[in-house]
This record gives sequence, C-alpha cells and structure tokens, in this order.
Amino acid sequence: MPQDTKLGDGLTCPVPIPVRESVLLGHGSGGRMSNEMLRNIFLPAFQNPALDRLDDQAIVEVNGCRLAFTTDSFVVKPLFFPGGDIGTLAVNGTVNDLAMGGAEPLFLSLAFILEEGLPMEVLRRVVESVRVAAALAGVTVVTGDTKVVEKGSGDGLFVNTSGIGLVPGDLLLSADRARPGDLVLLSGTIGDHGITILSQREGLEFESEIHSDTAALHRLVADMLGASAEIRCLRDPTRGGLSSSLNEIAERSNVSIELQESAIPIRDEVQGACEMLGLDPLYVANEGKLIAIVAPAAAEPILEAMRRNPAGCDAQIIGRVNEGHPGMVTMRTRLGTSRIVDLLAGDQLPRIC
Amino acid sequence: MKYLDEYRDERVARGLVAQIARRATHPWVLMEICGGQTHTLMRFGIDELLPAGVEMVHGPGCPVCVTPLETIDKAIAIASQRGVTLISYGDMLRVPGSQTDLFHVKAKGGDVRVVYSPTEALKFARANPDQKVVFFAVGFETTAPANAMAVWQAKREGLKNFSMLASHVLVPPAIRALLSSRRNRVQGFIGPGHVCTVMGYHEYEDLVVGGFEPVDLLEAILMLVTQLEEGRVQVENQYVRSVTYKGNLPAQNVLGEVFEVCHRKWRGIGGIPESGLNLREEYAEFDADRIFGTQEVTAEEPSECISAEVLQGLKKPTDCPAFAIRCTPENPLGAPMVSSEGACAAYYQYRRHMVAAGPGGR
Repeated sequence: MPQDTKLGDGLTCPVPIPVRESVLLGHGSGGRMSNEMLRNIFLPAFQNPALDRLDDQAIVEVNGCRLAFTTDSFVVKPLFFPGGDIGTLAVNGTVNDLAMGGAEPLFLSLAFILEEGLPMEVLRRVVESVRVAAALAGVTVVTGDTKVVEKGSGDGLFVNTSGIGLVPGDLLLSADRARPGDLVLLSGTIGDHGITILSQREGLEFESEIHSDTAALHRLVADMLGASAEIRCLRDPTRGGLSSSLNEIAERSNVSIELQESAIPIRDEVQGACEMLGLDPLYVANEGKLIAIVAPAAAEPILEAMRRNPAGCDAQIIGRVNEGHPGMVTMRTRLGTSRIVDLLAGDQLPRIC
Repeated sequence: MKYLDEYRDERVARGLVAQIARRATHPWVLMEICGGQTHTLMRFGIDELLPAGVEMVHGPGCPVCVTPLETIDKAIAIASQRGVTLISYGDMLRVPGSQTDLFHVKAKGGDVRVVYSPTEALKFARANPDQKVVFFAVGFETTAPANAMAVWQAKREGLKNFSMLASHVLVPPAIRALLSSRRNRVQGFIGPGHVCTVMGYHEYEDLVVGGFEPVDLLEAILMLVTQLEEGRVQVENQYVRSVTYKGNLPAQNVLGEVFEVCHRKWRGIGGIPESGLNLREEYAEFDADRIFGTQEVTAEEPSECISAEVLQGLKKPTDCPAFAIRCTPENPLGAPMVSSEGACAAYYQYRRHMVAAGPGGR
C-alpha cells in the first residue's frame, strides 16, 4: 500500500521548549517544576541553615527556646466544600506544618486578600470557620492583615496563615533522617480532600458523599511521640499527594522507599472517582493525613497509638526504607510486580481516554 | 471495589500468566494498540510477569502523542488571539508545539481551559456569547462521537460563537500502515477496547479486542497467543462486558453525520491516507481551521528521537540514548514522552528503575 509514512525509515519528533520564561500553574503543583523554582529562584537568594532543612517548618532557637515557624497560603476553589472550607484549611494546614516538626502549635497570623465585590457574608462564614478551627486546635489568632484588590485581580478570597509553635527538648524530625530498615506509616485513607474538591468542581456525585479530611494533627503527633521517640520524620502529604512527600524524603535521606500497594488505604469512592477521571490517588492532595518514617522496632507501638486517636484510626504500615536506588520510590503492585512512584513534573493532568 | 478488584486480582492474574507460559511454545511479538493499555501494562508491571518469549510492543494509540505538530501550532495560534477561549482535554496543554505550548499561552494571558467533555465547552459558549469558543478535539474513535455531538448540537441551536479544531485519528488505517511497513515484526494485535466499544469490531479481521485492567490484558494476551499457536487468524473479543460486534450505533451515526474521513498526518509517524476525521462541508461554519484562517500553518518535525522504531516495536523506549537523560516528561524530545499514555512516558513513569539492568533491559 503506497503511503507517505515514515514508518520504514526511522523517526522524527518535535524538539521541546526547554526554557520556562514564565510562571506556569505547574510551578504550584508541588512536583518537579515547584522544586525547580525553589532551587533556581528562592534557595540561592536566602540560603541559611534553618531554610536549608527544607522541611514543612523552620526550627529556630531563641534564648534557648526552640521555635517552629511556618507559613502557608490558601487559594482553594470552591471556597466551601463538604468537610470544611478555606478557613478550616488555613488553620489546619499551618497547624499541621508545625506539628510535622513535632511542635506544639501556639499562635497564628491570618491575612486575607479579598476581591472587590466579595459578599460580606462569605467573609463572615470563612472567619467563623477560622475561629472554630483555631479553638478546636487550641491555637490563638494573634495578628492579621487585610488587603482588597480590584474586581478581576483576585479570585474572591485568598488566605495566608503563619504559625509559631514550641518544639520540646532536643526533638529533631527531618526529611533527611530516614535510614534503611525504617518503616513507613500512613495515618489513614488518601485522596479524600483532592477528590472532594475535584468532584465539587466537576459536579460529580457519589452514592455516599466524600468529605475533605481536613483536620489538625498535632494531638496525633503528640500521641505518637508519647509511644516512642524513634520517629525520624513526619510529613503531611498535601499538594502532590503521598508520592511527592515520599520522593522528597527518599531524595533528602539518600535512600529508596518501597511501598506495598495493597497496604495503602483508599476509600472506594475516591478510587472510583480516580479511575473515572484518569487520576492516580497517590498524587491527590490530603489535608488531614500524615506519613511517619519510624525505626523498625518502634513501628508497632506507634501504630497502636495512632489507631487509638480518631485522626489515625485507619493507620497502616505501608512500606519500608531501603538502600540502593537513592531518591527513588517504588511500589510492589497488587500483582506482585514493582513499579516506580515518580514525582510528577507539574499538576496531574486528566487523561483523554 | 466491585468491577475493579476482580480485574486486578493477583491469583487470577498469576493463573493467566501460567496459562500463557504453557501455551507459548514459540516466541511471539504482540502489540497493544491503545495507550491506555500500555499505561496498564507498565503501571501494573505486567511485562515483568510474562514469559520471556512473549514480547509486548507498544502501539501508536496515544491520541495526544500522535496529534501532529502543526495542529498544536494551530491551537496555539488560535488560543493566542484576543476574545478567544480555547478548550481542550487536560493532557493536550503540555504538548510542545514548534515554539511553545498551551500552558505558556495561558500564562501569557490566553484563555485556555480544561474540560472533561465537549458539552462543557458548549455550555461555556452559551453563557459567554461575546467570546469565540473553540474546542480542540483530538482522539481516536473513542472521543469522536461526543465531539461530533457537540457540533451537531451547536448547529441545531444556531450557536454562532462555537467552533472546533478537529484532529481525530482512526485505528484501522494505523494498523494497516504498521503491517505494510517492511520492517514490521508485530505478529498479533490487542485491539483497543474503548474504540471498539464505539465502533464494534466488524472493521477488523485478525486481532483480540482487549480491555484495560490487568486481568483483561492478560486474558487478551492468552487468547492471542492461543490463536497464534493454533495457526488461527480471526477476530476475538475479550472485552465482552463493553464491546459488541456492531458497537454503539447511535454514536456511529452522529460521528458519520458530522465528520468525514480524511488524510491525516500522525506525529512521529507521518501521513496515513484515510486515517483521520474532519468536519463535513455541511458543518464548515464550525470549523475553527477555516474561521481563524490557520489552514496554511505547517510545521516540520525535526528528526531527533526514535519514536518510529518504538511505535513499530523495533526498539524499546529504554533503547533510546536520550531516554530519561535528555528526554523526560518535563522536556519531551518526542511524542511518546508527552502524554502519560505514550510508551516512553509510561516507561519513564513506572519502569525507569529497570533500566539499570542494561541496554534495552525490560
């Protein structure tokens, strides 16, 4: 059959666009593009020991007091969703970033960027959520700020919170402390928050409603530390999901991590939505879960302590830390085969078919 | 989870693998057509389970990967215009054109949006009558009916601000092109289950239509190996829970009403006669290519990567010297690295740790 294909004689492909001249949405994904921006723009500008740890919080010493300090901005759409709203997220997100350093969260700042025309009732509802979430978490909002931008220059409402907490004794939890033989613990089901948001945006409905898992985790962390001090590192797998947090730990500790697919708890609704939308739950955001890397002997007592706390009742051992292939996360699949759990370049994109 | 766990069951899968190993007395080279199937093979590591003599090579069925460079350039040209909203499926946005991609157009102020269905683009067009709304329609026979439906609906409603940049491709001509290549080494095909859900399988003479879960694919491989070992040549359907002989007739009707078969260039492969779908003359008023005068946009693909060899099963992605070094999903050198359904991207995402095993290591 005559045709003008090039199948017979080798192939051609497009040369890509190597230089990123502008900020893309993918730079906010928590994946490789975010890392690239962090390493090229921010780290060279501000290099110092506290920042270079690259953990969820900085830990600084002031007059013998070890303070954990962190900040986070929240730009979620829709503002209100089953299980919470942008106000709940803004409190729990910052509380959790402090908690992942083992700190007791104490004080928060609260800064709003509001778009002209935002209904005052929306602001009232968000502020009420902040109040309730802060009271539940036992933190105090001690300072704040408000800016208003012209209609069209913002998306209704953005929130930033910063937080300060106190780190007990000489406790040091950091992503570079994972060692071969350590075990990986996960506090519960993954993907609940991300799929809740996505299904709200896409108008998807399920037999039973999915809720965001947004929750403050510092009391769970305190229970875990009470069970054993042999915790190397804690992370809350928010944007970029489980895979991004684990890739970060593997890279920083120069180890590999192997997960057991069958051990990772996922709700049926979340799994179903992911199948339908062409997404992998390992990359979907969580707002009330944590990963712990712990010494092997400490795993069982810590797991028991987690399961006694409602925020960790579905906790599982999901994998282990290994030597070799430094920086790589792999997974033993349900079929007993092995595959990579890669860091994505940018946001996870839904597949066409 | 029902309808999922049973198709990912380790015991069933290993049983099928054992049957394949017993059945295969010769080495066989099999190709799965669809990128979704490639994705499953890699994600579940099915290539690790198969006996050494059964080699899977990966077909051209990734719609994102094969969309021609010039069509991407057209989409970029259209999306860069004022007053235009370009809407498409998510993974089209990252595909590099000659100079830039749609993500960058969006960052520069272009209105580029992602949807799951073309009917959402219609909805957007109705709600924004002053905005020219263009749906960038790519894909195989799977996505074509929904896209056809959107245009049909737009015509019925007399919608003036909706148009479509259509670049659909068809599976049967691609299979014929692969088979007619003098370097072909594929001995059997796993047919694309989603395409056949729409089109049925009456267009094919010798393949096994397969689904997308691990057990589906292993069963399809078993059926294909059995055929080859017995010297039978026939069409069989593994994906019976979705595919019928005649397919989805209403879908085929709307597809035929709106689209006509045309010559189409495939990125990484070249032109294949009668392998694409374009809007019919009766729907010319919805043809974005005409409305925005982009018919003349052309682009030459620089010869750099080995994707033709990969698409023919002559080489594995890991045989490419650029694989995972100069060619990555962030900076793809070639089409199969672009979408997660592309063979190179699937290897990169799931199998990179096997590369250390040696050149071409599986």
